[in-house]
Amino acid sequence: MDSNDNFLHIKHLYNRAGFGISYPDLHQLSKKRRSKVVDALFKHRQETEELHLLSRDEFLSQQSLLASLGTKKEQTAEEKQQREDITKARNEKNRELNIRWIQQMMTTEDPFLEKMTLFWHGHFACRTNQPYYAQQLNNIQRTNALGSFKTLLIEVSKSPAMLDYLNNQQNRKGKPNENFSRELMELFTLGRGSYTENDIKQAARAFTGWAYNKSGDFEFNPRVHDDKEKTFFGQTGLFDGEAIIDLILAKPETATFICRKLYIFFVNDTPDENHVKELSDHFYKEKYDITAVMKKLFNADWFYEKANTGNKIKSPVELLVNMSREFYVTYNKPQVLIQLQTSLGQYLFNPPNVAGWAGGRNWIDSSSLMLRMKIPSLVLNDGLLDFNGKADPEDEAVIALNRRAKPKPVRSYVNAKADWEKFLASLPRDMKQTELATFLLQPVIGQKISTLVNTNQNLKNTAIAVTSMPEYQLC
Amino acid sequence: MERRDFLKKAALAAAGTIFVPAFMKPFEALALDELSLHKNLVVVQLSGGNDGLNTVIPYGNDIYYQMRKNIAIKAQDVIRLDDMQGLNPNLNCLRELYDQGWLSVINDVGYPNPDRSHFRSMDIWQTGSDANQYLSTGWIGRYLDSNCSTCNSPYTAIEVDDSLSLAMKGNSKKGIALKDPAALFRNTNEPFFREMINGDKEHLDEDNLGYLYKTMIETSSSANYIQNTSKIYKPNYSYPTTAFSNQLKTVSKFICSGLRTRVYYVSLSGFDTHVNQNNQQGRLLQQYAEGMNAFIKDLHQNNKLDDTLVITFSEFGRRVAQNASNGTDHGTANNMFLFGGKLKKKGIYNAAPNLSDLDNGDLKYQIDFREVYGTVLDKWLDVNNGQVLSKQFNTLDFV
Repeated sequence: MDSNDNFLHIKHLYNRAGFGISYPDLHQLSKKRRSKVVDALFKHRQETEELHLLSRDEFLSQQSLLASLGTKKEQTAEEKQQREDITKARNEKNRELNIRWIQQMMTTEDPFLEKMTLFWHGHFACRTNQPYYAQQLNNIQRTNALGSFKTLLIEVSKSPAMLDYLNNQQNRKGKPNENFSRELMELFTLGRGSYTENDIKQAARAFTGWAYNKSGDFEFNPRVHDDKEKTFFGQTGLFDGEAIIDLILAKPETATFICRKLYIFFVNDTPDENHVKELSDHFYKEKYDITAVMKKLFNADWFYEKANTGNKIKSPVELLVNMSREFYVTYNKPQVLIQLQTSLGQYLFNPPNVAGWAGGRNWIDSSSLMLRMKIPSLVLNDGLLDFNGKADPEDEAVIALNRRAKPKPVRSYVNAKADWEKFLASLPRDMKQTELATFLLQPVIGQKISTLVNTNQNLKNTAIAVTSMPEYQLC
Repeated sequence: MERRDFLKKAALAAAGTIFVPAFMKPFEALALDELSLHKNLVVVQLSGGNDGLNTVIPYGNDIYYQMRKNIAIKAQDVIRLDDMQGLNPNLNCLRELYDQGWLSVINDVGYPNPDRSHFRSMDIWQTGSDANQYLSTGWIGRYLDSNCSTCNSPYTAIEVDDSLSLAMKGNSKKGIALKDPAALFRNTNEPFFREMINGDKEHLDEDNLGYLYKTMIETSSSANYIQNTSKIYKPNYSYPTTAFSNQLKTVSKFICSGLRTRVYYVSLSGFDTHVNQNNQQGRLLQQYAEGMNAFIKDLHQNNKLDDTLVITFSEFGRRVAQNASNGTDHGTANNMFLFGGKLKKKGIYNAAPNLSDLDNGDLKYQIDFREVYGTVLDKWLDVNNGQVLSKQFNTLDFV
């Protein structure tokens, strides 16, 4: 393998495992052996950067205030106001949490960990209007992102956000709610076709009593737990929730299902079933150790094959984070990051449903592609954004209260600043326009792009032009 | 004789030398069947869960007044449609359309195991899924995918908005979202954009890059077609100045100029009225009714009403009983409005909601919303509904 191959491989690795790479880092790393660079992704990770926007004390005091406000029927005007204020504050915190996370992706020194967290965020898709629960679940997904899938699965299943979202609070002995049990198997572990409707019913009984308390902690409630015998996957026993999870993990189909999703997220929209099998056999053998399977993936030669490079459509978040890291962008008005996410169709913490974002070509339609190609000139060149995302359905109550006869069109400057000095200084002094295009784009550039960028006088213009190309939508 | 019959006959007689009005010029090249069968569907989405019971009021039912002590619409204010139901007075502008036979109301439309989350229920309505099924394509998108004879151009479905709703996204085909045809035209005609797609054959592979280029090329040709076709038409009907009316005005411009689009999608949001409902809902209903009044009369004046069917839905109705804040909380089944010049059953389509037979305080649905979609697909868009929906649904008799 010559040094240019290694250069391209490392660039590919960092595009998929992270959100791109700076020129000096790439230059440095491509002198090392590829397997060493892969290993380094997993090593020297600083203390996990949890999101800490909301403290437990803050949450608890809000909970006790809410509890003191009385039930709806006997509220005073003042209490009503307090309740409304709490809702407003929550919505505000939800937006702040979103911004906090996307900015962490933009600045972290451990982008691989954030990328894995983003994967689990889409896999264990969940919505909650309680920002403390959203933060808790996000931190569970980050802490366990490269650990044991079993631990991750159990922690997620016990999180208030998920217990609430999939109605397990209402899952009681004699009156089971099957929502959690169904999604656990259909979307989190096995996938359709590897269980029966009866398995769902039986598992639902085993999860009765999995609940959380007012302090936002998991608390098993034995009074509503159905401790009778259950028959699950043809076996009969006094199964509780964790026993069910063990039986699900004992099926190799679970490893296959997770590995196919990893493959689609990190390698190719169209899975090669031989590669998936290679991964899932390893994952199963290594007892669902996520680090083991990810190492296997990044060390596989097929990961670096031409068919698997420069062909994945960046998700909106990948696009924004990638570009912001690449050009050292600061957002003076970070709320614009939410506007961009909603306009492009990926609003973090607000997946379309429990199946997560569909991804791939689903990101692209005429309007989203036009906007994607316009974003570099908006963000990097301080343009005017006159594009409104759709209102989130959960915000309808707020809209109902604020409705004016004539809504004001939202036109705003993105008000972001790229650090061009830093970017340009990071490039080799004699870099040619086409070399910059080759560095910024993952697909191989053709004659047209070469001709187009060669007419440019400076690298800054080339950078803006290149990032506005459809090729920049791929990684 | 109807105009489209005239065109068809005249064309046969004159074998291609037929006189075509200026605004129909782009049609000349079209096959006659395509021209004569052209029907439009307009979908109006009311986001937030419109309270159906305060929209079409069951004023003849005492239970309504018992359960909504503070927010019930007084019987003397209701615009009566029959002995049981009437319209909210803010829908006064619809009375005229109703009298003309251009409006139908379907009561109690819903689905089994209803979901009360805005997001999830909207997802279900837009994809046409079951309550426990997750689809990543919308029902109109799958209509586009079906590749039927009526839906083979990239501008078959247009949403008048900045971004495209899930309803409009298929697997291989998608609708197009645009608020202003001139702005899209300018964007796709910027030198940089033109340069990127100019003579580009090397990228038209089946891979993702090819898909991006194909989307750009289609967007560009759609933008040209839509702008060049619609700019010839000069709107001559006056609309209210709300954002909602503006969307309808744009749709009317497209329909009247003879755009070969089949499906249009518009929305009005803000219906999540948990608190002090009557003012907020009243204001929105008024915007809705005034917009629809102008739109329907505009289409009628342009001889397009017979070729147009409008359906209005919301992701759910609200609970029968009001809450303690003079509002209503999320419920289940809801009514749908239909507009058009060719409605088979004018006025109220089916029985009023049964308020004495509730499911835990919520209305039970009489009609599955996919029967409404199925009817539209089968009888209006000429595609077998089983091809688009998860299974074959029974059709209704409204068109």
